[in-house]
Amino acid sequence: MIGYIVRRTLQAIVVLFGVSIVVFAIVHLVPGDPIRLALGTRFNQQAYDALRRRSGLDKPLVPQYFYWLGHALTGDLGVSFRTGQPVTQLIGQRIGATVSLAGAALVVALVIAVPLGLLSALRPRTSLDYGATVISQTGISIPEFWLAILLILVVGAKLDWLPSAGYVPPDQSVSGWLEHLILPGIAAGVSSGSILTRFIRASALEALGRDYTLTARSKGLRERTIIVRHVIRNALVPVVTVTGVQLAYLLSGVVVVEVVFAWPGLGMLALQSVQSRDYPVLQGAVLLFAAFFLIVNLAVDLLYARLDPRIGYASR
Amino acid sequence: MSATVAPTSTPLPARQRGETLRLLVRNRIAVVALAVLVAFIVVAVFGKALAPYGYNSVDVADRLQGPSVHHWFGTDELGRDVFSRVLLGAAVSLKVGAVAVGISLVVGVPCGLIAGFYGGVLDDVIMRVMDVLFAFPAILMAIAVLAILGPGSTNAMVAIGIVYIPIFARVTRAAVLPVREEVYVRAARASGASDLRLMRRHLLPNVLGPIIVQTSISFAFAILSEAALSFIGLGTQPPHPSWGLMLSDGTDFINQAWWMVVFPGAAIFVVVLAFNILGDALRDTLDPRQRSLIRNARGA
Repeated sequence: MIGYIVRRTLQAIVVLFGVSIVVFAIVHLVPGDPIRLALGTRFNQQAYDALRRRSGLDKPLVPQYFYWLGHALTGDLGVSFRTGQPVTQLIGQRIGATVSLAGAALVVALVIAVPLGLLSALRPRTSLDYGATVISQTGISIPEFWLAILLILVVGAKLDWLPSAGYVPPDQSVSGWLEHLILPGIAAGVSSGSILTRFIRASALEALGRDYTLTARSKGLRERTIIVRHVIRNALVPVVTVTGVQLAYLLSGVVVVEVVFAWPGLGMLALQSVQSRDYPVLQGAVLLFAAFFLIVNLAVDLLYARLDPRIGYASR
Repeated sequence: MSATVAPTSTPLPARQRGETLRLLVRNRIAVVALAVLVAFIVVAVFGKALAPYGYNSVDVADRLQGPSVHHWFGTDELGRDVFSRVLLGAAVSLKVGAVAVGISLVVGVPCGLIAGFYGGVLDDVIMRVMDVLFAFPAILMAIAVLAILGPGSTNAMVAIGIVYIPIFARVTRAAVLPVREEVYVRAARASGASDLRLMRRHLLPNVLGPIIVQTSISFAFAILSEAALSFIGLGTQPPHPSWGLMLSDGTDFINQAWWMVVFPGAAIFVVVLAFNILGDALRDTLDPRQRSLIRNARGA
């Protein structure tokens, strides 16, 4: 087990190292001088020189990378070319909104997927099962930004039940935070819920056909006990992986939903940084998202190995 | 925009291809999806002839009109016919889907083939590079690539293509691993076939199944990604009629003109749904276990 943890962690570190090289390259692959581009009409030599020094861009390429990496590892992601604010500070201001949205979306996804997936597995080839298949196929195919717009159109504008844009931090008003969270949460969570529904259905169907379920049945256990103790518990083990992957996706993939709902999250920050050619902010956001993604995936793999001891410790 | 990876353990023996087609044709939903996709391709190719108006035929006097006999899907803020723009937008989606998936296939499949065939250090290096690319969330990777290349539909195709390379590499590699050990591959090797010939003649044809499934699913995601990138202003630029861009324009008039957001979004949804259904049906018919289940269930 320890060997597996060490090997898997080392792999993640190697990949993260590769990710850092790609992220570092962003600013160098931009045609032209990135600082001059970012400063635009506000260009003056003094500001230009100060930004170049602060960002380490005055150094040769290899020392520059290690300068950047060293600072990134200590939480210093440089300063914004636009505002001069530390990138870490800008990210810190936005992270709460993104985590709120990803959390809400995951709750929506699980609320859809667990009952729908289990029920369709327990009643295979019934109208309930076919209905669940239609719902999950629809949820996977519907563009989340279109769903967001439809929700705004119907629930926000026509019915006027919920606010259709903006974010209220929970420390200002918990009810306002929740109200503003519902529509974006649904828009971002439906697709993940649909993917999870399929996995839970497949996983529960497999558990239902296993010998331990047959044994439980032949012992004369009540159906309810068989379902709860044998089927659901075993069926949910592989679902942990997919839920983790979906959480990683939600943390980083809700950029477009953030745009539709004017949600001041990290995705919006990344997009604004592209529009204003503020490359250190883009680098910081991309690095953070990729690190999120790797760490969540690593945590999921380790958790999965803990939940199911048969998972290959021996080989990759 | 999450990237779905097709299951990979299903090489397609040549003699079963006819049966695959027969089973696919018996799946009515898959046939409907195929019909929708054929219609989509026809509209994309002959859109100019089919559309009653040009994509940029401005008529300010007729702006923000609801659906009518003259304008089936209404008009936008410049009085342009939404129906014509939806028809003409199909070409953008098809082109982006085809080019982006083409890039992913042309780069990803050989990488997976080489990694799976040779194994060892080469496999490790190629797959770790793919792991690095895969660590970036798809939409963010595309945004970063567009930050470098600049916005526009051609660059969006390249960005989306790059994003899906690791998926094709992984799918191909995983499918190659069991086939590499097959007797006919070893026999061909023993008879002196070169590595290139082994990969081209013996491995590739036998790992096509999972690649075909992944192509269908990736096409759906490429169309979704293009729409998303155009929606946030980084993909197709105005006045060209991309479905994502039309949706973005429509959000400014959501209270006055619901048709501006409903029809382009519905077009994306229907095409993506059709590709996903076809991908599922292909997966079912190409998977030997599912194949026998379908055969038994239908008495085929």
